[in-house]
Amino acid sequence: RHASSFTPSPAAMQPTSLEQVQATAEPNPLKTCENLSSMNTFLMPLEEEEAKDSFDVDVAVTNPEKVGDGMNAYVAYKVSTRTSLPMFRSKVFSVRRRFSDFLGLYEKLSVKQSLHGCIIPPPPEKSVVGMTKVKVGMDDPSSVEFVERRRAALERYLQRVVSHPSLLQDPDVREFLEREDLPRAVNTQALSGAGFLKMINKASDAVNKMTIKMNESDTWFEDKFQEVENEEQQLRKLHVVVDSLVNHRKELCGNTAVFAKSLAMLGNSEDNTALSRALSQLAEVEDKMEQLHQEQAASDFFIFAELLGDYIRLLGAVRGCFDQRMRAWQRWQEAQSTLQKKREAEAKLLWANKPDKLQQAKEEITEWEARVTQYERDFDRIGMTVRKEVLRFESFYLLLTLIVFQLIKFWEAFLPEAKAIA
Amino acid sequence: SAVLNVDLQTDAMLQVDISDALSERDKVKFTVHTKSTLPNFKQNEFSVVRQHEEFIWLHDSFVENEEYAGYIIPPAPPRPDFDASREKLQKLGEGEGSMTKEEFTKMKQELEAEYLAIFKKTVAMHEVFLCRVAAHPVLRKDLNFHVFLEYNQDLSVRGKNKKEKLEDFFKNVVKSADGVLVAGVKDVDDFFEHEKTFLLEYHNRVKDASAKSDRMIRSHKNAADDINRIASSLYTLGTQDSTDLCKFFLKVSELFEKTRKIEARIAADEDLKLADLLKYYLRESQAAKDLLYRRSRALVDYENANKALDKARAKNRDVLQAETSQQLCCHKFEKISESAKQELIDFKTRRVAAFRKNLVELAELELKHAKGNLQLLQGCLGILKGNT
Repeated sequence: RHASSFTPSPAAMQPTSLEQVQATAEPNPLKTCENLSSMNTFLMPLEEEEAKDSFDVDVAVTNPEKVGDGMNAYVAYKVSTRTSLPMFRSKVFSVRRRFSDFLGLYEKLSVKQSLHGCIIPPPPEKSVVGMTKVKVGMDDPSSVEFVERRRAALERYLQRVVSHPSLLQDPDVREFLEREDLPRAVNTQALSGAGFLKMINKASDAVNKMTIKMNESDTWFEDKFQEVENEEQQLRKLHVVVDSLVNHRKELCGNTAVFAKSLAMLGNSEDNTALSRALSQLAEVEDKMEQLHQEQAASDFFIFAELLGDYIRLLGAVRGCFDQRMRAWQRWQEAQSTLQKKREAEAKLLWANKPDKLQQAKEEITEWEARVTQYERDFDRIGMTVRKEVLRFESFYLLLTLIVFQLIKFWEAFLPEAKAIA
Repeated sequence: SAVLNVDLQTDAMLQVDISDALSERDKVKFTVHTKSTLPNFKQNEFSVVRQHEEFIWLHDSFVENEEYAGYIIPPAPPRPDFDASREKLQKLGEGEGSMTKEEFTKMKQELEAEYLAIFKKTVAMHEVFLCRVAAHPVLRKDLNFHVFLEYNQDLSVRGKNKKEKLEDFFKNVVKSADGVLVAGVKDVDDFFEHEKTFLLEYHNRVKDASAKSDRMIRSHKNAADDINRIASSLYTLGTQDSTDLCKFFLKVSELFEKTRKIEARIAADEDLKLADLLKYYLRESQAAKDLLYRRSRALVDYENANKALDKARAKNRDVLQAETSQQLCCHKFEKISESAKQELIDFKTRRVAAFRKNLVELAELELKHAKGNLQLLQGCLGILKGNT
């Protein structure tokens, strides 16, 4: 049970209501969010606000079903799309996809699009442990929770992909959403969470080993890169602690329930009836507290932890983006130095008077001049895209604000109940 | 008789408390302070310094004294245990390089507070033991107790050596084996039969509740620790810049910090009012069980003496000896039964009163904390909304 739209508690004597604040704030982070998917709208491009509101494309991931038996079993999800865009075959359609299909999509996209410096939303992590349990049986609560977390994460992932204007145009994305039988993706081992990080870090190492250091006339990039790295570090720390809190709250729930039962037993054996009644009442109170704790553990920090995890992965992708730009610069520089060498060669040939070789040299020069121009344009384009993408992530703080408001809203609803118990 | 008159007249005051305590590296020194109008003390008010082993010596001397077989011996206080706390402080010292100065100071304060709490608890438990003895009409007159209170030199009671510990171990084994036999025998006296059934069940349930309350409170403390670290993390994020958003983070960090303090206090209150209460009654119910055991043993001895007397009469040999022995056993059994009955009734009265007091206090505290939490959130929400 979640509290519905935010209302200031009756005891609070605030002159402004939240609705009034909402009207003045921009962009609009203070919309009431009921669930993870709505919160996810945060990590989508800002300029897509209108697109989001008009729902050009709306995707959902639902109905997880176990297919097959034993260790070859897998979970298939229903991917449903609702769209008004003409490039799709119909307005409403759905297909069945498995987890490796999502990873395969990411692989295809990252090969192509990362060259353009835009940030490919990373997929959720592979989990051997979680999946093995599910393969054995989908009935126990931890498996159910694992599948649900994965389903929600896959949905958020797809929503981010389709909200990106250039990715939506990509034929691989359309194929993923529309095609009935998708060829199985291979080589998805590299794309587990750890594999993804390794990829990013390898790229960073390559950049660090570059002998030609870029001379940044524009310090914006250097500063932003530093910021992104710091943010990622801080958030990782925060994520670890929030995860720990979620687990401890779960533990607390379990222990409180067990204790309540024990206290009830004690009340039963106490032969002084007033005390016996009091102990039973205390047991009941403890039980109610446990239920409340459970709700807390399930909703507030769990949402925080999941979104924080998503965000950290995205920050990793941002870092990768910066590296792409560096590589584009390197390519440009190398092309320039190759062009220089070709020109020197041409000069030598002119002097040596070898007309046919000279013709070839001139052709090569023209070719390399074109390349230099191309690579310079690529570099500038990537630079602009990186700037744009990074600005998106500054909306993170607004996201955090939203999460905190959500938490506070929840606590406000929780406390009167605790009071009623006491 | 004259002795009785003296007792009635001197409804003398005997007040004992632990006025001070000093924690040294591997021992705690308690200052036991006595105020008394009893004539056998040299002064009316005096203090001595005692260590844990001396409390144990006093307790054991009660247990081993046949005269006190018919009383619930107040349970011995548990040994002061700072090992866990000390280990944590040491780990903190080792990890000092890997955290910011604020984090280190905060954690150090936390651990010091924990150490202090454990210290206060051990003092309280030693004090409760002495007060129970002082309040008991018979035990308060014990000579060893008076020596304990007054003799201002070291009592030189070393801890038990290996041989004595082994003897104790076997004694306990015999006792529990016996206990099983004795428990199986149905008592003729309804009162005692009922008490036996009740105590056995109660003791087990208290043990269970005590263990589970400990686990619950530990989870609560862990959650409070996590909130503390979240607050620190948010604080770091907030200090990176001076934008409005960073200021917002600092406020949120403060909110988490205050929430954590409240959660920690809730855990501490539960610990004190509920967990300690359960632990104490675990020990007391064991002491009551021991009393019932001693009475049953006396009953068995009495019945055996009866059988021996019958045999002696049948054989017409050593009849006088058997008669004396039987009379002694009878007397011992009746004396224990009489005092045990009163002791068990008193135990119930004490138990009900203690539970009532602690549960009421706990409920009041939890209500106070919930109100505090609500006020805190309302306040913070106001500030946060005002800021955007």
